[in-house]
Amino acid sequence: MPAPQQRRLIFAHIDEPGYTKDLACYLKHGGYAVMKKAFTRKPEELIDEVKKSGLRGRGGAGFPCGVKWTLVDRKSGKPIYLIVNADESEPGTFKDRYIMHQDPHQLIEGTMISCFANNVKQAYIYIRGEMPHGARILEEAIREARDANLVGQNILGSAYSCDIFVHRGAGAYICGEETGLIESLEGKRANPRIKPPYFPAVLGLYQCPTIVNNVETLCHVKHIVDMSGEAYTKIGTPNNSGTRIFCVSGHVQKPGYYEFEAGKITMGQLLNEVCGGPLPGRTFKAVIPGGSSAKIMRFGERYKGKRKVGTEMVDYDWGVEDVPMDFDSLGMIGTMGGSGGVIVMDDTVNMVEALANINAFYSHESCGQCTPCREGSLWMKKITTRMVHGDAREQDATLLKSVADQIPGRTICAFGEACSWPTQSFLAKFGDEFKGYADAKKTKVPAETPLI
Amino acid sequence: MSSAPAKPADLVTVNIDGKEIAVPKGTNVIEAAKLVGVEIPHYCYHPKLTIVGNCRMCLIEMGMPAVDPATKAPVMDPATGKQKVNWIPRPQIGCGTNASPGLHIRTNSPMVKDCREGVTEMLLINHPLDCPICDQAGECKLQEHSTAYGRGYSRFVEQKNVKPKRTELGPRVTLDDERCILCSRCIRFSKEIAKDDVLGFIDRGSYSTLTCYPGRKLENNYSLNTVDICPVGALTSTDFRFKMRVWFLKQTPGIDPESSVGANTEVWSREGVIYRITPRQNDAVNDTWMSDSGRMLYKQVKAADRLLAPMIDGLATAPEMALKAANDLLKAGSVAIVGSGRSSVEEQFLTKKLAEALKVPASLVSRVGQGDRLLISSDRNPNVRGALVTGLISALPTQQLTSLASDIDAGKVKTVLSVGEDLTAAGLAAAQLAKVSVVFLGTHKNATSDAAKVVVPTLTIFEKSGSFVNQQFRLQKFAKAVPGPAGVADDLITLSNLVSFASRIITPADLGGLWSSIAAEVKPLAGLSHALLPATGHVLDASAWADLPVCEGETLHYKPAAVPAAVNA
Repeated sequence: MPAPQQRRLIFAHIDEPGYTKDLACYLKHGGYAVMKKAFTRKPEELIDEVKKSGLRGRGGAGFPCGVKWTLVDRKSGKPIYLIVNADESEPGTFKDRYIMHQDPHQLIEGTMISCFANNVKQAYIYIRGEMPHGARILEEAIREARDANLVGQNILGSAYSCDIFVHRGAGAYICGEETGLIESLEGKRANPRIKPPYFPAVLGLYQCPTIVNNVETLCHVKHIVDMSGEAYTKIGTPNNSGTRIFCVSGHVQKPGYYEFEAGKITMGQLLNEVCGGPLPGRTFKAVIPGGSSAKIMRFGERYKGKRKVGTEMVDYDWGVEDVPMDFDSLGMIGTMGGSGGVIVMDDTVNMVEALANINAFYSHESCGQCTPCREGSLWMKKITTRMVHGDAREQDATLLKSVADQIPGRTICAFGEACSWPTQSFLAKFGDEFKGYADAKKTKVPAETPLI
Repeated sequence: MSSAPAKPADLVTVNIDGKEIAVPKGTNVIEAAKLVGVEIPHYCYHPKLTIVGNCRMCLIEMGMPAVDPATKAPVMDPATGKQKVNWIPRPQIGCGTNASPGLHIRTNSPMVKDCREGVTEMLLINHPLDCPICDQAGECKLQEHSTAYGRGYSRFVEQKNVKPKRTELGPRVTLDDERCILCSRCIRFSKEIAKDDVLGFIDRGSYSTLTCYPGRKLENNYSLNTVDICPVGALTSTDFRFKMRVWFLKQTPGIDPESSVGANTEVWSREGVIYRITPRQNDAVNDTWMSDSGRMLYKQVKAADRLLAPMIDGLATAPEMALKAANDLLKAGSVAIVGSGRSSVEEQFLTKKLAEALKVPASLVSRVGQGDRLLISSDRNPNVRGALVTGLISALPTQQLTSLASDIDAGKVKTVLSVGEDLTAAGLAAAQLAKVSVVFLGTHKNATSDAAKVVVPTLTIFEKSGSFVNQQFRLQKFAKAVPGPAGVADDLITLSNLVSFASRIITPADLGGLWSSIAAEVKPLAGLSHALLPATGHVLDASAWADLPVCEGETLHYKPAAVPAAVNA
């Protein structure tokens, strides 16, 4: 089956020749028309549209956006804040950066519509510390929008006022965790908060109800309000509505970003047809489908079970290539759609070394607040590093798995899962490589490791 | 209020390991479990500090009674006939889980055991395991919980993290960062209790390191509390570090005599030598805290200026000679007695008896300083209330003994008996002291002891037993931790000797006998005794003194009726 055509919704103008990031160009392409239309409607209607659309958060967890908005405490009398999570830090993910760099007004429009829908008077864009250029672009875009009375006081002559501020992040992965982000925005160390009691929807920024949404999610809101939630559900597959941006990196002929309707394309189509298949003379070995913390998939393995199609339960028997790229299908086979960062590895990759790399990242990024993640992530890194440096032991595979098993579900935030899932899945899928690594390391002859 | 319900509305029933218990709503699971005798191990949780849930040692399994989502009707379990419990598959932190109706907790399931083993292993991999040279050994939570809940062996073959070993955080606290388990209790204490936000973590992950903010020091007067609450040997008292193994030390309950707060203390000694003082929990007085200055008071026991021998005219003499000289002077008449707000209730009672026998009034010297709103009050005498209760004085004392000074100038007073007070500090000039014969009962050398005709050495608070009445009119007792210097008699013996001589009635000098007289003669203390006084003290009826304009500001558990101006900074 040939791959479907790309459906560019969010990335409609990304890398389009002649399309610039300034307001004039955005307005020329119909910019802010949706916002103007939205401001004539009731905020509750807009929330209903988003609920109807079934939009799921694009930051990684895939939590329904409409539900997130309904959970917000609107009775406390405290101001409601909206934070745009632009701390895109998950290795393998590079979608939000494109939006901010090339189409910042799309984000601002989506944010303003979301703010209006939720009666937010102040929004913050928390942009990753390592993206100073993006921050400058956003600052400039907001200034333009403010000058055009699209942001700020009495927007377009209405009684509604809302301002957006750009806040540069503190330069750590954990700043992207929503409660860590809130702490960081408050000027503290980005230590995630305990939930309960600090659910952002109730006790978020400055202990006020707060909505934290991903950049791409808010851009989707603009399109939902534009086409109506009903129409949006027609895109993609049931419960996985809308488009998904896949950031394909690694060992494929044509890595890059691709936007497709969720669930309409399979992993095989994406990698073999859209991305041009493996590099010459190589074969695919493994793929991580949703950012480095998602569980890895091994080419050649089969996923079997029952899934719901419409109202019926249908058997499925998929290879990696057959898995539809949506939240539910990927979740069903034990991994996740996550942030859409597809990391491809071919047969030249040594899995122990790949895991050592991932572990090095997570041990460096653990905030250090709670014990299992803090100590476990570094321990796993130390083990894999030692293995790579030639001191692998046979029992290391068992030990690694046991360490990883002591982390998820026992930590303050989801970093516990993020740092342990790679190790758990690498060992589950490539356990033989880990067990035999001591010998593999010893028998390696120079010819097999050509100079690059 | 509605008619008395069988179960008060603010109590909820929770089930811990199968045992039902009613606890106030909002009690966290660790405290609730304590009530049914179940220990939930924890490091970062401290009952007096905010909850951060970062050590993950208190992970427990939690369940709620099942209800039908549609009808809200309870779902029954046919096997047991009871309401079904929906157990949450993820473990929850005990410290952050509050009691709610029907909450079920398991602390002994395989999952909880696995969690504790996991967390213990994680805490130990980068811990130096230097218990043999660690001051905390013997009172270390990590040591105790590792023994009780750990696996007992190590699977860690990597290099441990290296961190600073002896950071001086302040004048009294030394930090060994390698031992730190990053529980953040000290940070929260500094911020929330001491209101001196100086501590924080730098770096990330397992390399996180506790330190002070740049240019700041942990030097507030409560810094040593961080050492007490440190669950491991990371924060150590520079004074106590490497001095003594804690299991050799004997604990004696004491009272901090610095001010009228009367913080409860524990005096740790071995073979007659005090090594350290720590707070003793009293939730109505000092919670679990005490000041640094109060901890250093034990140094006065071995101070160089300690009075160790009785003296007449500056020359050492036998105790009975000194007492006789004192009795002769008192018998000669024209006596003034200066009692002390630092004396115990028992001593003040005897001082009052002496004044009565000699038919002279007694005065007291007040000490006033700045209160710190925590555990040091403006009234720097520990027991002015005791003098009021025993009737030694009837009005509040003044800082200067002006009327005594004028009496001396007028020649009305020939002999002054000072019970531990330095008269020159209380406003008497050297020339005035020279006009009279001073009998000085005291512990340390000062201008008054130098000028005294007769000096009888007495004991410090650590060498005697007694009681104080604090600012809340709470009668609190302290006990003798170490024996006094050879040849120095107990204060009660010295005073009862003077009383017996003056009144010609034998007066008891032991606490038991003395308290029979006190309970009989002092109305507010009727029915009480030193021996039976509870460890947390006994609050007296203070209505008789409610209108006295005491010079007190707010402290941790005390609010004055009206705060006199300029008492608290």
